[in-house]
Amino acid sequence: VTLKGKPRFSDFNLVPENWGADIHAWLVVFAAKYPFLEELRLKRMAISDESLEFLAVSFPNFKALSLLSCDGFSTNGLAAIATHCKNLTELDIQENGIDDKGGSWLSCFPESFTSLEVLNFANLSSDINFDALERLVGRCKSMRVLKLNRSVSLEQLQRLLVNAPQLAELGTGSFSEELTFRQYVELESALSNCKNMHTLSGLWDAKGIYLPALYPVCTHLTFLNLSYAALRSDELAKLLAHCPRLKRLWVLDTVEDKGLEAVGLNCPLLEELRVFPADPFDEEIIHGVTEAGFVAVSFGCPRLHYVLYFCRQMTNAAVATIVQNCPDFTHFRLCIMNPGQPDYITNEPMDEAFGAVVKTCTKLQRLSVSGRLTDLTFEYIGRYAKNLETLSVAFAGSSDWGMQCVMGGCSKLRKLEIRDCPFGNAALLSGLEKYESMRSLWMSACNVTMNGCRLLAREMPRLNVEVMKEDGSDDSQADKVYVYRSIAGPRRDAPPSVLTL
Amino acid sequence: MEGCVATELRLGLPGTDNVRNKKRPLQEADEECGANGKSHAQDETAPPAKAQIVGWPPIRSYRKKNIQAKKNDCEGPGIYIKVGMDGAPYLRKIDLKVYSGYPDLLQALENMFKFTIGKYSEREGYKGSDYAPTYEDKDGDWMLVGDDPWEMFITSCKRLRIMKGSEARGLGCG
Repeated sequence: VTLKGKPRFSDFNLVPENWGADIHAWLVVFAAKYPFLEELRLKRMAISDESLEFLAVSFPNFKALSLLSCDGFSTNGLAAIATHCKNLTELDIQENGIDDKGGSWLSCFPESFTSLEVLNFANLSSDINFDALERLVGRCKSMRVLKLNRSVSLEQLQRLLVNAPQLAELGTGSFSEELTFRQYVELESALSNCKNMHTLSGLWDAKGIYLPALYPVCTHLTFLNLSYAALRSDELAKLLAHCPRLKRLWVLDTVEDKGLEAVGLNCPLLEELRVFPADPFDEEIIHGVTEAGFVAVSFGCPRLHYVLYFCRQMTNAAVATIVQNCPDFTHFRLCIMNPGQPDYITNEPMDEAFGAVVKTCTKLQRLSVSGRLTDLTFEYIGRYAKNLETLSVAFAGSSDWGMQCVMGGCSKLRKLEIRDCPFGNAALLSGLEKYESMRSLWMSACNVTMNGCRLLAREMPRLNVEVMKEDGSDDSQADKVYVYRSIAGPRRDAPPSVLTL
Repeated sequence: MEGCVATELRLGLPGTDNVRNKKRPLQEADEECGANGKSHAQDETAPPAKAQIVGWPPIRSYRKKNIQAKKNDCEGPGIYIKVGMDGAPYLRKIDLKVYSGYPDLLQALENMFKFTIGKYSEREGYKGSDYAPTYEDKDGDWMLVGDDPWEMFITSCKRLRIMKGSEARGLGCG
């Protein structure tokens, strides 16, 4: 079972903490009606330690637990899973709001336990008992995914790899301590024995001088996640020279445009690129990547179809060039970090950039727009983005007309999330016929009023129209609106701050 | 309705959308700062209260925490100062601690702003080029970079400015 709970904007603290999406009621029903449950994958759900304990003892054949962007639990809950799930093959804890009380949970796996194939605890910061981990990895001969946390040192990594050369995916721990020459050679040797490794991540605080130890592994790599390693452009370039088969690359913008040039030169098979900002909240430190880096990648990587790009400047011309080089984009997520920023050379809105994207990339499924945008952007989207399923909009648009174009034109639209845009009731209500065929609509800090929401709720009884009010806001304003279809009526687990109209 | 532009949050980079007087005579710089010579934390042309927008840029809380953790881990605080060059549309920021000395710093500045600086001599300053690196010290005075021992310089330097043209050529003589 895979369940996804809260609106995506909860990842950015826009959703009240106790909004709902608690897994417990589901587990109670599953335990009563279907105790044969083996796999549970949760995204943006609330899960408590009690729920984890309940899960651990209620499903005797339970095999796989994956928690992504969840909250409400601590390492005590993980201890319960480790203690009781005798057939566990997968424990994947990613990017959660977890209360890390210490690393002793890992020692709860019994000595007789050998079935683990996937172990990802990169999310956690506490030290774990390394001896327990070493024994665990040593006896789980089918382990193929191992993602360590920052507390595991390079020297410890080498000891683990010696006993697990079969690993397909590795997340290293900290990559920065001082190594003797002999330790370095042993590490390189252990890595070179990992013939199946196709995914590499972790590399916290990676020091350039030790990266060459990775070269033997790099030849086979298809996914390299450097988004926690603040590499410089020259360090990345040297590394990428050894990664000809790379299909997916995640980096920090510390690599700058020069680093991205190296991507274009060395990775012709690249399909996905994500560039995260190392200093997103400090506007005065102007480093990072610009339009030049993105353009350079597009020239070298014609198969690129997924991009997430955080930058501080962009031009319409650059985006036009990019999509000309890479017309197969399915996911185009561009974040110009200064809200409402125009083309920095012409000073015009970025309308033509996104116009080029939707006109050229006919397979486009997901789009995130940014920069200064008028309604023209949304006219283009409505007219051309016929395969668009997910659209994210922030600080954009001029009037209701923009959103109306999208609601009228994007026949396959499923998820629409909007914040800080001048779209009001007319825009909201233009989607009346559409919301039942969509997964959800989110609108926050727009011009929608309570009356508009009430009207929507009245006209469409099979929609849940939820309004979240901010403290001190005008009574008539609907600060945050979340609309989704339901045949079960209003949910009963909403907190007082969330009104279902 | 274009009216939303008026209410748009403006956290613009210096030089974008803000008309800015690019020439900054040394006296003006002096007056901007408090009597004790301390620079204000904000750029003079930015709005007085910089709003931190909730949930923007859209980065997951988990990544934000990692960035914070990284910053806290760094060995000691850096010495971050702003660097401006006459004619450049925006300032840069550098950490003086990463440089080993004046040659290292000047090389970095040359790379950053794409110019070449002359050779330094005590007698003639930066002879042979149109550029002179200056800095504002703790007393609020604008000094030529290179006169003080390096260690003393990095502790007293508040901001850097690369002067250009006739003003620059005039420095260091006599």
